[in-house]
Amino acid sequence: MFEGWPLLSLLVWLPIAGGVAVLAAGNGSAERARWTALAVAVGTLALAAALWVGFEAGVAGMQFEERVAWIRAFDIHYHLGVDGISMPLVVLTAFSTLLVVVAAWEVVRYKPAQYLAAFLIMEGIMIGVFSALDAILFYVFFEAMLIPMFLIIGIWGGPNRIYATLKFFLYTFLGSVMMLVALIYLRTQAGSFGIQDFYSLGLPVGIQTLVFLAFLAAFAVKVPMFPVHTWLPDAHVEAPTGGSVILAAITLKIGGYGFLRFSLPIAPEASLALDWLLIGLSLIAVVYVGLVAMVQTDLKKLIAYSSIAHMGFVTLGFFLIFRIVAAGGGRDGALLALEGGMVQMISHGFVSAAMFLCVGVLYDRMHTRRIADYGGVANRMPVFAGFFVLFAMANAGLPGTSGFVGEFMVILASFQAGFWYAAIAGLTLILGAAYSLWMIKRVVYGEVQNDEVAALEDVNRRELALLVVLTVVILYFGIHPAPLIDVMAPSLDALFGIVMSTL
Amino acid sequence: MTFEMPQFALAAPEIWLGIMVCVVLIADLFDRGGEGRIAFLLTQLTLLVTVWLAFSTHWGGAAQITFNGMYVSDNLAAVLKAASAGLAAITIGYSRDYLRQRELLRGEFYLLVLIATLGMSVMASASSLLVLYMGLELLSLSLYALVAFNRESRVGSEAAMKYFVLGALSSGMLLYGMSMIYGSAGSLLLGDIMAAAAAGENRLLMAFGMTFALVGVAFKFGAAPFHMWIPDVYQGAPTAVTAFLGSAPKVAALALFLRLLAEGLGDLHDQWQIMAIILAVGSLAIGNLFALVQTNIKRMLGYSTVSHIGFLFLGLIAGSNEGYAAALFYAISYGIMAAGAFGMIILLSRRGFEAEMIDDMRGLNDRHSGFALVMLLLMFSMTGIPGTVGFYAKWMVLQSLVEAGLVWLAVLAVIFAVIGAFYYLRVLKAVYFDRDEAPAPLEAPLGPRVVIAANGGLVLLLGLFPDALIELCRAAFGL
Repeated sequence: MFEGWPLLSLLVWLPIAGGVAVLAAGNGSAERARWTALAVAVGTLALAAALWVGFEAGVAGMQFEERVAWIRAFDIHYHLGVDGISMPLVVLTAFSTLLVVVAAWEVVRYKPAQYLAAFLIMEGIMIGVFSALDAILFYVFFEAMLIPMFLIIGIWGGPNRIYATLKFFLYTFLGSVMMLVALIYLRTQAGSFGIQDFYSLGLPVGIQTLVFLAFLAAFAVKVPMFPVHTWLPDAHVEAPTGGSVILAAITLKIGGYGFLRFSLPIAPEASLALDWLLIGLSLIAVVYVGLVAMVQTDLKKLIAYSSIAHMGFVTLGFFLIFRIVAAGGGRDGALLALEGGMVQMISHGFVSAAMFLCVGVLYDRMHTRRIADYGGVANRMPVFAGFFVLFAMANAGLPGTSGFVGEFMVILASFQAGFWYAAIAGLTLILGAAYSLWMIKRVVYGEVQNDEVAALEDVNRRELALLVVLTVVILYFGIHPAPLIDVMAPSLDALFGIVMSTL
Repeated sequence: MTFEMPQFALAAPEIWLGIMVCVVLIADLFDRGGEGRIAFLLTQLTLLVTVWLAFSTHWGGAAQITFNGMYVSDNLAAVLKAASAGLAAITIGYSRDYLRQRELLRGEFYLLVLIATLGMSVMASASSLLVLYMGLELLSLSLYALVAFNRESRVGSEAAMKYFVLGALSSGMLLYGMSMIYGSAGSLLLGDIMAAAAAGENRLLMAFGMTFALVGVAFKFGAAPFHMWIPDVYQGAPTAVTAFLGSAPKVAALALFLRLLAEGLGDLHDQWQIMAIILAVGSLAIGNLFALVQTNIKRMLGYSTVSHIGFLFLGLIAGSNEGYAAALFYAISYGIMAAGAFGMIILLSRRGFEAEMIDDMRGLNDRHSGFALVMLLLMFSMTGIPGTVGFYAKWMVLQSLVEAGLVWLAVLAVIFAVIGAFYYLRVLKAVYFDRDEAPAPLEAPLGPRVVIAANGGLVLLLGLFPDALIELCRAAFGL
């Protein structure tokens, strides 16, 4: 139905053009800016849905490819395409941005047109990151992402926003420039900037290790992995609700996506040689950062740390594959780990977005994020409390929610690598439940703590719609994850083949 | 000695500029009441026609040498001339109202800019040491006078004095080096010097001369440790002059380097490479670190220029045509960014108020979101973030370094780029995050507004479609 359409280009450029239109429309009229932004976000999601429908699930290679010469002297192409790994992330991006636009509706009062435009432009750039197949094009989108996020945190953030946004910018910038040098080096070896041309180059292990470390610098900061995670809590706490949602739901995924698209297939031998490092850091993220999350007194910080712990699961799944194969787990075991990591990424996109939206709902009413300021919210906001508890359960990995599926797959796969990997990773189920539920107990249950809580009003229709949509998605993928796994399995299988072929 | 008629047509841009200098001089005499309007319009016309003439005189085909071997007309000269005239036209576009408000609006300003542009054109086409030096002095003397344009200003006079003394010193160094190069090669013509260098005659003497010449070139660029004049001159000169000084002459300095060291002494590349590396790394370090602590934005941009010069030098040290093309792209795109940044300072200044401090930028987004957006583009372009032309400038340089096997230099360069990001972000912090309690409305006139919008648009346009400019810069070196 959509054959011959430049669907990916539309997905990239419609939101960016829409962002410019919102800026133009919002000159003086916030209302017009909101409706324009909503129309653009809905239109983009519709295109993303068309992408999902038009996508052939059984195919491992790239689909919807577009290729136009861009910088002729260096053989750089405007080359877009999606496979089973990137397509769900594109759809997730379009979905999350729509949530953000709706969530900002009457809440953002300072320059709403610029706020919405920044998110729409961000959406286009992020879709570009996921669909770029040329290394320079990828880098252009990857870095350009910093611009809107820098503004979003810095303009609409909390009291300490300037410190947070500078830290965010410089951390991620330092990480990514190293990758740029690596990409330029790879071009001298491969003769082109096509990402897929970088695969199976057969570089010596020493060079591969340097390339791997350069990619690690870029993606570990984005994920973020311990010990370069410290920008995330700061950025999350100071960012406006929408900023937190996009940061948690999408930008963190770009790190995980980068590991799959670059690190593993381009430097497989280095990945094998350094998997102890990645596995170690992932397990530290799962356990140590989980413990750190428990002692937080700030709602957003708690969720930010829990995000780091959940992303630890993603990287654990991706880099355990070598140990699984070595322990005799075979292709199926390794695929389970990869699929688990991917499902965890998608699921975390929904769950963390839901958690941050819930905190946003509370913050809009109380203007505080301190857990101690709340207590007994359920007495005044019963509907909201129900949703919040459900999302917290999903965050803790309750079976029946999407949060369970990814974690369970990764733990199951890690058993094949060795008992202790699974045992340590399994601690997350306890830790996740502990920090999520303890937070719920302190915020939602108990007696009404103070007058501000007593004056709370329950969610309005707009907020309710957001929460219902997220609930449906989280439960759907919790009960029936097969469509998601079917889409990504062939591509992950092909990826695994590329990784293993040079070992 | 035979006398052959020179091919005057090849020197059409210079001849046109020379004629128009006289025309502007005379026209301005009869325009006493018009506040230099005629001089301004004629200058802009002249510069735009020069851009066109540069390409129409020579594009494609082999290099042609005339005037007894002293003048060369090739693709490189065409690009350099067009770039310097174009950048001059942009920066002049900001100047008129600024000068009028400070009662500096005299026709001489435009005249001096034209003479400086003529000097740059001569340098771009020089094929002999003498012509090169003549062009350089034509440029330098005009610039000294321009920096001193505000006679009432003490900082301005101080800056002019400093610039003149240091500039004269560096010219002396350059001339001394040239004299030794002449001594070893026995000719002033760059072609003969190239042949002598390739034959390896008097190599020691030639290397000695080359060292002095490089020092002179580094002075003109403002590369550390020869950068001392930059911050003072940038701060002290009237902003309209700083805008001109900070953009087009960088292209001319590159012309000097390319003609003298890359072309004439290209065979001594292994000798000057290590010196160029020291200059590049030193400039990156000093420029970026000193810029971090500045509160005056003109001074900060001065130190940032030093760091950009360091990056540009990184393109030169590879000694390959790819590297030279990268440096040329860098110089042109930096000229566009610098013109815009100083143009913005001009626009934000009012009668009796110089928007010189970074704090003066505060709340710009509340005052005028369009200007804020242009500032955003310019600062991110200087940082080297994609979507702006500055990214491709840095990327091409890195590309040439990696291809030359100098990966460690590329890593060093990007680390300094991250350090440099901090002070550009500080400007954006003032523009976007600091809120002005009582925002003063902007009262910039229409002309400069259009120019700044075009300037910002150019940064974005070249940031999305850099292909044409890259091809142009590569064609200049026959790639």
